[in-house]
Amino acid sequence: MPAYEIEIILSRQLADCLSIPVFIIDTTGSLIFYNMPAEEVLGERFEETGEMPVELWSVIFKPVDEFDKPIPPEELPLVKTLKDFLPYHKSFRIKSLQGQTEKIALTSYPIISRENKFLGAVAMFWKVKEDEN
Amino acid sequence: MKINLWGVRGSIQTSGPDTKNYGSRTSCTLVSEDDNLLILDAGSGIQQFNSINLPNKRIDVLLTHLHMDHILGLGFFSPFFNPGQEVHIWGPAAATQSLRSRLGRYLSPPLFPVLLRDLPCVLTFHEIGNCEFKIRDFKIMSSYVIHPGPTVGFRITGKHSVFTYIPDHEPALGRNGIIKDHKWISGFDLAADADILYHDGQYTDAEYQTKKGWGHSSMDDALLFASLCRAKKLMIAHHDPYHSDEQLREIFTNLQLNYKNPFKYEMAEEGMEFDLP
Repeated sequence: MPAYEIEIILSRQLADCLSIPVFIIDTTGSLIFYNMPAEEVLGERFEETGEMPVELWSVIFKPVDEFDKPIPPEELPLVKTLKDFLPYHKSFRIKSLQGQTEKIALTSYPIISRENKFLGAVAMFWKVKEDEN
Repeated sequence: MKINLWGVRGSIQTSGPDTKNYGSRTSCTLVSEDDNLLILDAGSGIQQFNSINLPNKRIDVLLTHLHMDHILGLGFFSPFFNPGQEVHIWGPAAATQSLRSRLGRYLSPPLFPVLLRDLPCVLTFHEIGNCEFKIRDFKIMSSYVIHPGPTVGFRITGKHSVFTYIPDHEPALGRNGIIKDHKWISGFDLAADADILYHDGQYTDAEYQTKKGWGHSSMDDALLFASLCRAKKLMIAHHDPYHSDEQLREIFTNLQLNYKNPFKYEMAEEGMEFDLP
């Protein structure tokens, strides 16, 4: 498999330096990197899981709305970014592998190269208080 | 394939006896095979070109990027001033301005008296990025690499051998340096299994600690990169202008004590010439 484009490599190197959780996905939706703060939320280490296809990682997080009703994938920022290459933001709740429910705010943005090629997307998220958007 | 190193100094040309052994001129390398010629970068080393008898009317200059030490020789490149000459300039595409427009910033007053449009040669620009192309019998891969501003490296495949040229490159940029997984290494596809890898090694490891993000590599990282790419031979280049010949010799001696790599490596020297099968 060829090496990733430098925009993806640099995104990972940046994510590796941040204290907020970051996911990086490729054009197919596969999770190709998550940083250490994201490991804490996921409950899995990247070194152990490696890259994960979308079918696998999308079931690890269970996004739900304020009534505990599952949010359809097409309403999630990262899925929307994958679809139309635009940035999105949304606050919602997730149930982690440990069964805990957390309210998070998530921003996703596309990685579009100098050659105007869509290479993947980045999602970064924050835990927020229940009364915050 | 024959390689001539016409300029191996990084950042700025040096002068004086302290740097005459490794050389003072900035990045420029000639690659030739039969009647096929390529010039890689147009630093001050390109002045050596004026002694070459061209086998044909066309000459191709491949620019890794447009930092001054890689283009400053262009204004003194004799084919530019020959009406019968066909000159092809290949360089990295940027998100907004064209290659011609960006080069025109240098080749125009007040930095240079002659405008690009006034050059008498037949001039053609080729914008490149992550792509493959052919120039006569050479098969060339270019790929963006980590360095400030649009910058590419080149993998040149001749009849029987591969020469990889990445003079300005910081693959270790990040918290923990180079990620030892080839999918995550900038420039890996360019350098994989190359017969000769010509690579940035501007700093000692100690110097690099205060120069992270400047776009260059330590020699230690150049060795690691070459090792991960399984290059057969590494030429360490883009020597820091503050390193004298004596310092470079001492640094290289220390490197040899610390690194027993399975591949050959040496410091690039201006005027070096070597043949690949």
